Amino acid sequence: MFLLAAEGGESTHNPILPIWQEIVVGGIAFAVLCFVLMKFVFPRMEQTFQARVDAIEGGIKRAEAAQAEANQLLEQYRAQLAEARTDAAKIRDDARADAEGIRQDVLAKAREESDRIIAAGKEQLAAERATIVRELRAEVGTIAVDLASKIVGESLADEARRKGTVDRFLSGLESAGTR
Amino acid sequence: MFGQANVLAQGEAAFPPSVEDFYLPSILPWGAENSYWFTKITAMVWLAVGILAIYFLVSYRKPQLVPTKKQWIAESIYGFVRNNIAVDMIGHAGVRFAPYFTTLFCFIVLTNFFAIVPGFQISPNSHIAFPAVLAAISYVMFIWVGIRHHGFGKFFKNSLIPPAPWYILPLLIPIEFFSNFLVRPFSLAVRLFANMFAGHMLLLVFTLGGFAMLNASAWFAPVSLLSWVMTVALTFLEFLVIVLQAYVFTVLTASYVQGALAEEH
Repeated sequence: MFLLAAEGGESTHNPILPIWQEIVVGGIAFAVLCFVLMKFVFPRMEQTFQARVDAIEGGIKRAEAAQAEANQLLEQYRAQLAEARTDAAKIRDDARADAEGIRQDVLAKAREESDRIIAAGKEQLAAERATIVRELRAEVGTIAVDLASKIVGESLADEARRKGTVDRFLSGLESAGTR
Repeated sequence: MFGQANVLAQGEAAFPPSVEDFYLPSILPWGAENSYWFTKITAMVWLAVGILAIYFLVSYRKPQLVPTKKQWIAESIYGFVRNNIAVDMIGHAGVRFAPYFTTLFCFIVLTNFFAIVPGFQISPNSHIAFPAVLAAISYVMFIWVGIRHHGFGKFFKNSLIPPAPWYILPLLIPIEFFSNFLVRPFSLAVRLFANMFAGHMLLLVFTLGGFAMLNASAWFAPVSLLSWVMTVALTFLEFLVIVLQAYVFTVLTASYVQGALAEEH
């Protein structure tokens, strides 16, 4: 300012020398702007950016956690289902085995019973037959002896002889019958 | 604008334009020649501060995770300086400087932008006082940051003593001192100031030149027209310079801070 003025040019201002009033005004104005923007605006922007990052990363994390939980549950259900299936199969097999056992038991018992009944019948039959045979033998002997006594007119007192005669006769009859 | 208005009102184009065209009469008190507290220039500075503060406060009043269009634009401005200047130059530690760089960038862009807004058409940055204030802040900031980070001794050792053989150091240390601590603030301020000063001067030359030729002779009318077309073209060029200079100022400040924080020379 002073230099050019001293040179006597028509300019009274030197553009390269700052005007101190403008320095003061510029300093204050810029300080005010810095204060407002750096205190109330840009830190909040930084916070918003951070919140946005958190929200996105948190969302991803939550989704991953949910996915993992779902997978775990699925595995659990599958395991339970498989377990239930094997249980059911086992129960069915058991039931089948039981039924088979019961059937076998019943059959065996029935067979046993029928065998027992048949055996008892046979035994009874044999016993009755034996009794009848014995009674018939005695009766036939007596009748035959009586008949012979009457015919022959003589008493066959000798029992041993008589018995032997009758037995021989009956044996002859039986052998003739079987032949 | 006042200069041009005066010129037109007086009916004579003061051609060529001079440095005095940058120093407009005071608004309060009205018309005073050497009163600088309240001039068109300082009014524009306050206006820029007001516009920026209100714009950011309003568009960021209720920030949401999913931004509205207004919020998104404000965020993009901050995000641009934060990611493309602060983080790119300084690395992750640059995030804490991003608020200041963004303020600086917005302030320079807007005050520069007044250079081509009809009705304003002069940038406060064509007065060296304002770039000087900003450069001084950058200067103090990088030295302060360096001392805070390294401690006083190590910072100046890093800045002044390059890794070189000892016998060349007596030559290098003054050069380093000169370039790092004397030239830096000066070059920052003058680069911005000179660009805006020259831009305004260019527009004045072509605008007033058109009038001067028209006044000289009606035969020069086509040339006057060409001159004014040039003014329009140069206005577009000015727009480029406006944005570029704001970007350069911010990037250089970031680069100085990065240098101050660097571990090696």
